[in-house]
Amino acid sequence: MPQVTLTVNGKTSSVEVEARTLLVELLRDKLGLTGTHVGCDTSQCGACVVHIDGNSVKACTMLALQADGTKVTTIEGIAAADGTLHPMQEMFREHHALQCGFCTPGMVMSAIDLVAKNPQGLSEDEIRHGLEGNLCRCTGYHNIVKAIDASQSLMHAKAAE
Amino acid sequence: MNAVFQGIGASVRRTEDLRFISGNGNYTDDINRPGQTYTIFKRSDRPHAKITGIDSTAASAMPGVVAIFTAADFAGVGGLPCGWQIHNKDGSPMAEPKHPILADGKVRHVGDPVVMVIAETKQQARDAAEALVIGYEDLPSYSASRDALAAGAAAVHDDAPGNLCYDWHIGDKDATDAAFAKAARVVKLDLLNSRLIANPMEPRSAIGDYDRSGDMHTLYTTSQNPHVIRLLMGAFVLGIPEHKLRVVAPDVGGGFGTKIFHYAEEAAVTWAAAKINRPVKWTSDRSEAFISDAHGRDHDSHAEMALDADNNFLGMRVSTMANLGAYLSTFGPAVPTYLYATLLAGVYKTPAIYCEVKAVFTNTVPVDAYRGAGRPEASFLVERLVDAICHDTGADPVALRRQNFIPRDAFPYQTPVAVQYDSGDYFATLETALKNADYAGFPARKAAAAAKGKLRGIGLSTYLEACGIAPSKLVGQLGARAGLYEVANVRVNPTGSVTVFTGTHSHGQGHETTFAQLVVDQLGVAHNQVQIVHGDTDRIPFGMGTYGSRSLAVGGSAMVKAMDKIILKGRKIAAHLLEASVEDIEFKDGKFSVAGTDRAKTFGEIALTAYVPHNYPIETLEPGLDETAFYDPANFTFPGGCHICEVEIDPDTGVTSVVQFVAVDDVGRVINPMIVEGQIQGGVAQGIGQALLEHAVYDAQGQLLSGSFMDYTMPRADNLSNISVGTENTLCTHNPLGAKGCGEVGAIGSPPAVINAVVNALSAYGVRHMNMPASADKVWNIINGGLRAAAE
Amino acid sequence: MYNFEYQKPGALADAVKALGAADAKALAGGMTLIPVLKQRLNQPSVVVDLAKLGLSGITVTGDSVTIGAMTTHATVAASADIKRAIPALAALAGGIGDIQVRARGTIGGSLANNDPAACYPAAALALGATITTNKRAIKADVYFTGMFTTALAADEVITSVSFPIPAKAAYVKFKQPASRYAMVGVFAAKGPAGVRMAVTGSGQGGVFRFTAAEAALASNWSAAALNGISVSADNMMSDIHGSAVYRAHLVGVIAKRAVTAAG
Repeated sequence: MPQVTLTVNGKTSSVEVEARTLLVELLRDKLGLTGTHVGCDTSQCGACVVHIDGNSVKACTMLALQADGTKVTTIEGIAAADGTLHPMQEMFREHHALQCGFCTPGMVMSAIDLVAKNPQGLSEDEIRHGLEGNLCRCTGYHNIVKAIDASQSLMHAKAAE
Repeated sequence: MNAVFQGIGASVRRTEDLRFISGNGNYTDDINRPGQTYTIFKRSDRPHAKITGIDSTAASAMPGVVAIFTAADFAGVGGLPCGWQIHNKDGSPMAEPKHPILADGKVRHVGDPVVMVIAETKQQARDAAEALVIGYEDLPSYSASRDALAAGAAAVHDDAPGNLCYDWHIGDKDATDAAFAKAARVVKLDLLNSRLIANPMEPRSAIGDYDRSGDMHTLYTTSQNPHVIRLLMGAFVLGIPEHKLRVVAPDVGGGFGTKIFHYAEEAAVTWAAAKINRPVKWTSDRSEAFISDAHGRDHDSHAEMALDADNNFLGMRVSTMANLGAYLSTFGPAVPTYLYATLLAGVYKTPAIYCEVKAVFTNTVPVDAYRGAGRPEASFLVERLVDAICHDTGADPVALRRQNFIPRDAFPYQTPVAVQYDSGDYFATLETALKNADYAGFPARKAAAAAKGKLRGIGLSTYLEACGIAPSKLVGQLGARAGLYEVANVRVNPTGSVTVFTGTHSHGQGHETTFAQLVVDQLGVAHNQVQIVHGDTDRIPFGMGTYGSRSLAVGGSAMVKAMDKIILKGRKIAAHLLEASVEDIEFKDGKFSVAGTDRAKTFGEIALTAYVPHNYPIETLEPGLDETAFYDPANFTFPGGCHICEVEIDPDTGVTSVVQFVAVDDVGRVINPMIVEGQIQGGVAQGIGQALLEHAVYDAQGQLLSGSFMDYTMPRADNLSNISVGTENTLCTHNPLGAKGCGEVGAIGSPPAVINAVVNALSAYGVRHMNMPASADKVWNIINGGLRAAAE
Repeated sequence: MYNFEYQKPGALADAVKALGAADAKALAGGMTLIPVLKQRLNQPSVVVDLAKLGLSGITVTGDSVTIGAMTTHATVAASADIKRAIPALAALAGGIGDIQVRARGTIGGSLANNDPAACYPAAALALGATITTNKRAIKADVYFTGMFTTALAADEVITSVSFPIPAKAAYVKFKQPASRYAMVGVFAAKGPAGVRMAVTGSGQGGVFRFTAAEAALASNWSAAALNGISVSADNMMSDIHGSAVYRAHLVGVIAKRAVTAAG
């Protein structure tokens, strides 16, 4: 069986997989990182979003073998080593941006990428469009947009440190 | 005591969020059992066909295959039970055909499970399922109620002649006929309530596990009500007694109704795990969910209002065909009857109402409760009819509503359709909504939009719903096969922390936070010293689960009752320690004290004493501080309110945008305003979704055309704008919290407000009514050529 | 997904050789291929990952923009050189799918797949692009041969795509509400090859040129010039999101908006 070697949340693993194994299956079933979810089979919902080499991608639309040699970050890997939450996690809680929590990991990972790639700042409208790849059925997005907006200054201040 | 107030009325940040934002949630698909196998259900790709043969020879020989089961293997197993029996006009019971676990001799909808394939991996199970050869002989199929009811239609079930499940009615027909006979004017409206798919983001999943040594069955499942599943599956399907069956519903990623019901897959994995003596796991793909999760709505109705010369409502007649799909889902028959027609009075003092409902079997996925369940169908019908009256008579939508509102001083108000409203103030919610929406400023905004080439419209809905489900005796008379009380076990631990075991279930509602606030308020314990436990039949005494906006009004009330018992027992212990009489002990701010003195014991001291009863009235009082209450509500609760929507339509493309949405609701006592606001925003988003975007569409051949997120339009962030939420609360008069419920108001109140706004925007084109969704192509068709047929 | 053999060659010649096998499939960004494989709509024997062939990169000269086949949409959208030379192309790339699709999806993959609702085919056809493969250079006018079909041979790999820089250009997309693919996408360009307008998303045969509009715009580059100009509904797709008549109408509306946006 082919082997894939990748670094997930700072830890390097080598795992044997079938060629047809998706990255999300590798994360959930082989590495036990069940924070990354699967909510659809047409690459629409974004519950599976992780970062690969700093870019948000849908882990359900990528073969595990395509991730060979990459650095992967999942929702389990974004808090600081001492447990301090990432500002995006903090703001999601502060603004009640989640209800059932199922879309949340993907939503948070997408939001971090969106804010990080736009240091000039995003308007409410730009945030809404930036979430095109993520579905939430609970919140009506209202509070998700508020949380992302609030995280902008926190994230940019942290990046400037 | 807490430095920060965390009792009733505080927007406490949610306890459960800490695990969800860190990827530490524990959803059913995250659970894996040792030795686990995986199952795939081979489903029918035909809407209606005889099964002429199943050949599993090749599939059985595929790598990793553990077992293959068909209907024949389930011969000794019951069908999926229906939880509600409706009676026909003549008093006879509804047709109740068997709903087998796997299709038996015949398939009745695309998605009907036919064969269960179990293998070592999910991919192997899928590979083997593809190797199955199933022979079919197609039969005529029907997607719409109207077609299935037509004379000569083929029978979906042999024991449901004419495809009729029931022909039911409610209200006083003679009084209603008399009202129409004296009417100065009658306004009529034909309307459809579109079929929807709930689509919680977490697909359904179920794991069956069997422990040979103890003969114990365990089912892990994505359910809103694990005890109900244990009861239905244990007693009616598999014949496993409660003490041998544990149902666990861990973190559940949204439900919206569709995870209430007992599904075939749950029974199949539980049964198969014992059969093969290994755990069996099933997780639905999204495309599978589209054809196997119960759908919602799908009504085809005719409504009439009789008016006097001054536009006072005299009487209302409604006739509805409700599509139940191919089989009776758990609560399917109750939705278009007692959850629908009992709400047809709305907020109006219409003195006579008569409604008849024909429920129909079709070759579609079963239809059952989806957020609001029957009540959105009622509010859409009533609030559209009111606007049609305005269209036909020239009446003002606000004035006509005010004129016909149930007055403030008329409560309790007995409607002509069985229910009695306990409290409400429809004028207050209307006035505040008009103010929040700057209703008076609309003409200027319309003119500004027109200058940009846009059509702007405004619409309102003054709606009402019934929730807090439900008084057991009443629903029993109406055909429910269960009681609908709720249960709470409040366990005060020796060091004074509190564990609450609730029979409700949280799948996004934030019970772990809100319910703990009730404990803070009543027992004076710090919020972080309270743990709310739900979702496990082995830990919780009993419960009926979460749906119908019942958790706080019914489940919360059960907690209050259990805590009353805790306080009473605490007072007895305190009386002993303080050498006073029980009558003189009062409990306040977490302290038991002798009235009028400074002699007191803290809640913690009393808890410790209860478990270390060295100085204790042991002859008259049991040790321990652990109380359970069952609470059965005296009535439904009746939240209501006013939603005002403003839309802008691009006449070149037909695209409708919601540019302002204002909700002002009466949800009774609010425990956590932040959570209530979030619930309403989420409900409104689903309502806007129904009104503008979502639609489950079958083609003439019975195939679901909107069978994935590629074609079923889910609202995304850029489809919506800010949703303004306000409240004008009156208290429920019959539960100890005064709570009414907030989970469904958004989805019930908003669709008519949106469509009223769209119709208002299109009024220049002669539009009187439009069915949902107001999709771009439909709106464009109306604008270009005034194709009113396209609207309706 | 059916299982397959996975290869990730380091040289173009090796990739071409691997693609010579029966039922071999090339994998670029995978944004279309992987969903198709997940649905079991395709059963390749070998999947050849093109990620290590060094096919990404952007070269802008005075009169053309050349983009390596494996360049992602995000890279094109963010390229300062492309924003300067053909801002409409950068904007088109920045509007494909969502952030996650743009991080993985590639121009070569999009053109090789030729989804009738994809955006890049409209740019290639309207700008008169040249698609370069391991074997030859193919003009866009002969490259697109119908829905999901192209002039590419089975073992032919796109290496780069070259776009002549136009004087004016814009792409406007009307999205299918659920999938967010183009329901009607119009790329309008005025450049070295004259006025060209390509339409994606709506035609039964995939991307096509709106020749009546081109003729009108050639003498009068303005939205008003398109008044009364329409496409026939006969060759339009029709589904639950819109009839052929509605799509044909939208082509006219979006075409005008594209001309206005191009300035």
